[in-house]
This record gives sequence, structure tokens and C-alpha cells, in this order.
Amino acid sequence: MTTHTPSIPQLAEDLATPPLTLSQLGWLRFRRHKMALVGVVIIIFLFLFAFGGALIYSEQYANYTDTSLRLLPPSAEHPFGTDTIGRDILARTIYGGQISLFIGIVAVIIETLLGILVGALAGYYGGWVDSLLMRITEALLNIPTIFLLLVMAKFFGGQVPEIDIGGRVFSGSVIVIVVIIGATSWMYLARIVRAEFLSLKENEFVLAARATGTSNAQIIFLHILPNTFAPIIVSSTLSVANAILSEAYISFLGLGVQAPTATWGNMLDSSANYLDSAPWLWFFPGMLILLTVLSINFLGDGLRDALDPRSRTV
Amino acid sequence: MSDKPLVEVQDMKKHFPVSSGLIIQRNVGLVRAVDGVSFSIAKGETLGMVGESGCGKTTVGRTMLGLYPATSGSVTIDGDDILHLKGRDQLRVRRKAQIIFQDPYASLNPRWTVSAIISEPMRVHKLFATEKERTERARELMNLVGLNPRLLNRFPHEFSGGQRQRIGIARALASDPLFIVCDEPISALDVSIQAQVVDLLEELQDRLGLTYLFIAHDLSMVRHICDRVLVLYLGVMVELADRDELYENPLHPYTKALLSAVPIPDPRKDRARKRTILTGDVPSPLNPPGGCRFHTRCPIAMDVCKKEVPEWREAVPSHFVACHAVETGKTE
Amino acid sequence: MTKTLLKVSDLKTRFHTPEGVIHAVNGVSFEVKEGETVAVVGESGCGKSVSMMSMLKLIPTPPGDIYSGEVLYRGNDLLKKSEQEMEDVRGKEIAMIFQDPMTSLNPVLTVRRQLTESLREHLNFTAEQAEKRAVELLEQVGIPDAARRVQDYPHQFSGGMRQRVMIAMALSCAPSLLIADEPTTALDVTIQAQIVELVTRLRESLRMAVIWITHDLGVVAGMADRVIVMYAGFIVEQASVEDLYDSPSHPYTLSLIAALPRVDRRRDQRLKSIPGSPPNLLVEPKGCPFAPRCEFVMEKCRQENPMLAEIGSDHFAACWVDVKTGAPR
Repeated sequence: MTTHTPSIPQLAEDLATPPLTLSQLGWLRFRRHKMALVGVVIIIFLFLFAFGGALIYSEQYANYTDTSLRLLPPSAEHPFGTDTIGRDILARTIYGGQISLFIGIVAVIIETLLGILVGALAGYYGGWVDSLLMRITEALLNIPTIFLLLVMAKFFGGQVPEIDIGGRVFSGSVIVIVVIIGATSWMYLARIVRAEFLSLKENEFVLAARATGTSNAQIIFLHILPNTFAPIIVSSTLSVANAILSEAYISFLGLGVQAPTATWGNMLDSSANYLDSAPWLWFFPGMLILLTVLSINFLGDGLRDALDPRSRTV
Repeated sequence: MSDKPLVEVQDMKKHFPVSSGLIIQRNVGLVRAVDGVSFSIAKGETLGMVGESGCGKTTVGRTMLGLYPATSGSVTIDGDDILHLKGRDQLRVRRKAQIIFQDPYASLNPRWTVSAIISEPMRVHKLFATEKERTERARELMNLVGLNPRLLNRFPHEFSGGQRQRIGIARALASDPLFIVCDEPISALDVSIQAQVVDLLEELQDRLGLTYLFIAHDLSMVRHICDRVLVLYLGVMVELADRDELYENPLHPYTKALLSAVPIPDPRKDRARKRTILTGDVPSPLNPPGGCRFHTRCPIAMDVCKKEVPEWREAVPSHFVACHAVETGKTE
Repeated sequence: MTKTLLKVSDLKTRFHTPEGVIHAVNGVSFEVKEGETVAVVGESGCGKSVSMMSMLKLIPTPPGDIYSGEVLYRGNDLLKKSEQEMEDVRGKEIAMIFQDPMTSLNPVLTVRRQLTESLREHLNFTAEQAEKRAVELLEQVGIPDAARRVQDYPHQFSGGMRQRVMIAMALSCAPSLLIADEPTTALDVTIQAQIVELVTRLRESLRMAVIWITHDLGVVAGMADRVIVMYAGFIVEQASVEDLYDSPSHPYTLSLIAALPRVDRRRDQRLKSIPGSPPNLLVEPKGCPFAPRCEFVMEKCRQENPMLAEIGSDHFAACWVDVKTGAPR
């Protein structure tokens, strides 16, 4: 028993609510979104497919060429068929999936870091910092992204040598594409973060921290930033889908990740001449892109509701 | 009262520039939110600050703690000039002065546990060596404000408005301050909870010898809790006196009108009362009236009121007022 | 003998939410006579606003659910009326003003447009008549330079002036009952005094009844004829304004008055605060809802909820205890 001080008016009663953390509350709300749950299941399945599948098919097999086996329709031996130079499409979608998902996630990490940095600085400091950063952001927003992507991909593509990670060789173009996608898509996020910072910095809990003498860096990163997580997570989730799509666009136009490294996007590209004659060439990678993008969008919608900081109800 | 006041504010001004421009910001106007206020608060005293919304009372409270950069003037708290110190020295003063806010929902970080919220000032001021000692102190503070220390690991959203206000008070006490600005701490609370919080503030003052600046628009509560009362109008001081002197013998026509507008919870008395109902609203601080700022709404305004700013003077011992009518003796 | 204008009996409203059922109004019965001012006093969540919204069928259903009761307005049950019939009652017979006038004024339409619209719709005024009447109404509620200001948009008015515009709109069809839901809570005391004076004056000149919802026992004292005190969705006390302040007979009313500081008196002691917090409406109360915070509480209070009973002439309280003696009733 702790020592009570009797003359202080006591609020003796405990809280009526059970102890629920914000994440528990969020999960309760998220659970109500059936489509978001479906999305999560599909995403888990896609990851299992891309990373678990690698245990069944080796990378050598995915890159194994046998022109005598070219353009075979789906069969028991090649469930997704074979491509123009006789490679197994199932194995290639597995390894392509790894790269596509990697591009989606890493590009979004770059995008998110840039977006948070620019948005937080502009929103918190305001004044000329804000004006300058926001004019740059708007200028970049006014250049059509796909154009920017293509120009940068053409310019930087092939300048990065191949890289070797754990015995696996990747085309350097993967890194180029990731950086380019990340660097051309942070502007929307920066604007979201800035708007959140603008309103949150006027909140009294920020004033209280300043009154105590908390440093600006701590206020930005410990006080304000955690309160902007909800919109950031939602926006970043949706951006993963966009990054995967962007990679598909550039690859489809031949400027993306270079052979032999497969991605869902460059698999689509190589199917361009066989749309009628060999539909399995585009159907499987196309389907996988569609599934990924759809399920991520469902997940994003669910998160949007679950993480809404203004809603206090279950 | 002791000889030297704990808090001294001298000719403090806070003007907010209204700016526009794409990259280079130009000032296109000036909101004179606080236009020269000076007052002092003795140790252990509660000074009430009242006025209508837009009179600058919240801005005074925030500017004197350096939350808004002051346009001019000085604020001395326990011998240190809070507005002109930098770095470590400023941190030293910050420890002595804290603030409690109006909105119990906006004033606590929703992503932090109560424990983290209360121990933040201790972390910033490096008051204890270990996290364990800080938590122990947080438990003591919870007890002190009448909350169960077992709730330290809960999040603010689980508490009611009154409980959250207690958490805010505990945070303010965490750095062992001498002086607390109470910025409308009860106006967002239910009637039955207001009394709890006010009683708590008084109890803490008795126990810890705290000094308060109590900002409020509820004149009845100000009469209850404050020792002296300062009336603001459009960023300037109009009257300052001891509590009962001000309520029983108000000199400034604005104070009189303000007091007569407060309802009395007694039907016969309330109906029998003579009311001075002010016409119109508070003018914009962007372009305040010249002369006495109150002349546009004053029931007894004279010619001189439009032209000359009335002098702040001691009309009755320790009762200060800025009004031409009081100077000439025509107060009715 | 004045006629009864409104008779509410056993009104009950609940809300179905994902967290559970919120018992917002739990059997409210009261009357309003013609030309009378009734104040409904209580803290947030006591059901005062929800009762009024339920009477006018303004509760969104779902999640709201008015599951019992009768609201007789001049003898007709409003709860049985269709939405279309209610549209004629609202505004024309019973008007409502709110705490935040911006929520009920359309920000993109001029005040003239909003005032004349209801005049032309409900009273079939011509454009010219409506225009003239709109200016008259603004003058009536004390807006200076009404002929010019009628062309302004709501945001061009200050808080107090906006509330006046709201009142002008509410009065446009000469209603017999005005429901004012905390109309002065967001305003400064000086502006509050203006609005109270305005409503009191209009009530007399238009002979309209007023229901004034508030949490402030102070405002009520000077203007109301009768006061209803609500707690946790129940009426706990009802009396004429003099009786209520002279001899409050429910422990809740008693403590509310004791918790109020007085501007007209020197301070003698600490405020007497009510311990605990307002009840959680998710849990259906067993016994008296005020029992956990009550200083007179007995065992019976925790078991059985007292009914509102007449304890003096036209003075009702729902309590097992006589607060003057502390003895059971």
C-alpha cells in the first residue's frame, strides 16, 4: 500500500476501461475491416511465394535457358509455362517477386525518410525554411513523375556495376531503380508530414515540452513524429504498391532492371510481342502485380481507420 | 508578503506579425496581442488574470515563459531573466517555471504513457540518476495529485478530463517549480470536476509554497482562488487590486461591466441586480482603438478618452487603474 | 391557468455502438407551459441535449434508438410523425439554437439567403416580403446596421453576433417554443449577458416558451421559471427556480451549488467538491446513478433507483434521503 495523503481530494476509483494500449485499440478497429484482413493474408502468401519458393527452385534453374523448351504453355512440369528462351516462368516469378517486393519496400523506405525529413523541417520550423522546402517540393511535383523516372533511369542506368550479395549476383540497375523511385515519390508524403507537423506543433503538449526545456530535436522526433505515424504508415503502405507499379512501367519500357535479373515488370516487358500467342507470359507476372497492389491498398484502407488518432472508440 | 517578488514582468510586449510572401516573407500587419504589461507576483501568491477572449491573457502567460519570443520587455523569475538567457542558463530557469493548460486532451501526448509524460521534465533537467528513481518520483507525484500510481503505464486516452488535468499538474510539478502559470486550467472541465481541480491546486500551493498566475475567464472562480486580480483589455492592463477590493470596489468601467455580467446562482439576487451590459464586441487587436482602448464600448467615455492613453496609477493604496474618468473623479 | 405546450413522458434513448449500448436518456418526463422558461441543467453526458434532440427526432438512427416515450406537442405525439411532418414542426413550431452557430449556419451562403429561404418555404413570403422581414429580424436581435449586414456571410460576424443571427433565424417563423442548447457556453460573460438579455426580451415580446439547456447553474438563476436537473440520463430534481436554489433536495443539486464559487461573496472556505467522475453510461446503472458519489448514500441507494417524487408543492426529487435531515424518506 502506498502512502496516501488524505487532504488531497482523491479520485479513488480505478479506470472503468480495461488497460488497452493504442496498438490494441488499433487492432480491434482493424479487425473489423474484412477486406484489409484478406489483404494481409494475400500479402503474407505473396512473401511466402517469393521467399519460400526459392527453397524449391534454385536461382540457376530460374536462369536456365533451353531454347528447345521455348514458349511451352503451362504444364505439370512447368506450371506457369516457359518464356521465349525456355526459362521456367514459375521460378522466374519467384525470383522476380523477390526483386519487385524488395524494390517496393526499399524505395518506400527512402521515400519515407526523405518525406519525413523535408516535411518535419518545413512544418516545425516554418518561415523561410518552410517556404523554401515547399517551393522545391511543388516544383518537383509539377514534373510528371513517369517522365522524371524515365530520364533518370536512362541517365543513371548501367552506371552501377553488378553487385554480389551472398553469392547471388544482381544487376546494378536494381539499386538505380530503387533510388530513382524513392527520390521521385517523397513529395506527397512530405506535404502530408508538413501538414501534420503544422497542426501538431500548436498542440499544448508540444508547448508543455518546450516550457520544460525539451530540445527541438526531441520535440520533433519523440513528441510530434510518433503522432504522425498513422498517416505516414498509411501513405507508405500505399506507396509500396506504387513503387512496384513504377518499376513495372519502367521495365515495360525497357529502362528498368536489366537481364538476367528478373522482376515482374521486366517479365511483362519481354511478353509484349506474344500477347496473343503466349498469354501465360504476361498473365502470371501481371496477376501477381495486380494481387500485390490490390491487397496493399486494402491493407492501407484498414490501417487508415485503425490508426486514426482522433477516434477514441473501439 | 515578502520583500522581493518572485516573478517580475516589465513592459512585456508581444506583437504577432501578419506576413505573406512566397519565399521572402513580408510583414503586412501587426497583431498587438500584448502591448506593454508590467506586474509582479510575490512568493506564495496567486495572481488572477482576467479579461474577455482576445484580451491577450493566454499570450501573456505563454510569452512570459518564453514559449513565444517576446517583442520587448523582461521577465524575471527568482532573479533570472528568462527571456534573455540562453542554453544551460535558460534551462535552469525553465525548471523553476511551469505551465498547466486548458485542454486536458491536447496537453498530453497521446502516444506516451503517463509515466513517460510525468518524468519528461526530470529527464530534461537530469534530476535523477536512474530511470527507476524517476519512476519512483512519478509514483509520488501521482499520489500527490490524487491519482492511483498503478495507472502510470496507462495512456492518456484512458482517463477522464479531470484525471487528465491531474496528470498535467503532476507533470508541471515534476521539476520542483516555484511558479506555475495556470492557463484556464478548469474551463474545459465539468462543473463537479472544476472544484476538485481548484481544491487540488490550493492544497498543492499550501504544501509546496507554489506561486500561481491563474488565467481564467470565470470571474467567480478567480475571486475564490486568487489573492490579487489583474484585468486586461485588448493587450493592456486596465485594473489591478486585491481580490475583495476589486470585486467590491471596482473602479474601471470595464471591470464594473465584466463583474455585473457574471451570473449569480441565486435567483432573487440575480434578478434584483443592476446590470451594465456592454454593447458590441472586443475590437480587433490588429487595429486597436487609439486613446483608451476601451472607449469604443465604454458607457462613460469622454472626449479625452479617444485621444489620450490613460495613465496607470495607484488610485487607492495598492489599487491600480488606468482610466481618465477615475482621474477626474467621474466614475458613475 | 396557462396551457401545457409540451408534455414529454418516459422518453428513453439509447445508442448502439461497437463498444456496447450507451444509455443516454433513461425515462425523462416533464412539461413546458406556454410562455414558460424551463432550464435543463447537467454536466456533459447527462442526457440533456440528447433528450431535446430526441424530442425533435434529430437523433441519427442508427446508432440512435428512441425506444420508449411520448412527446405531446399541443396534444400531438411528435414521435409518431413522419419525417416530412417533422420538417414542418421544426423551425415553424419549435426552433433550436446551438452552442456553435457555425455548425447551423451555412458558411457559403449570405445571411439574407439563409433567412429568406425559410420564410419563403414555411410562410410563403414573396421575395420582397422575405427580404424586408429578414432585415426586421436582424434589427430585432440587435444587429446594428442590419440592412447592410444582411448581405454578409456568417464568417464576417463575431461569435456573439453569429449567435444573434442564429436566433434571428430561429425566430423567423415565430415559433412557440425555442430550444437553446448551451447557446452561451462558448461566449465571454459580457456577450453571454447580452444574449441572455436578448432571449429574455424576445420571449416576453413574442410570448414564446424557452427550454434553456446549460451546465451553468449561475446563468439559469436569473432567467428561468423552472429548473430540471439531470444526471446520467435521469431527471433527479425539478422545481421552480426559487425553490431549487432555496432548498435543493437532491444531493447532486446540493453539491453542484456548493461547488460553485460566488462572485458576490467573500471566500470563506475551500470549495466543496464532488468526488469521483460522472458515470459511465455503457453500464446500465443498478440503483441510484449518483450513489457512488453521494455523501448521503445508504444501502438502499445501491440497490434501487428512486423514482422522481413530489416532495413539496411542484418540487420533485428522485432520492431516498431527505437531504435536510439526512434521514430516509
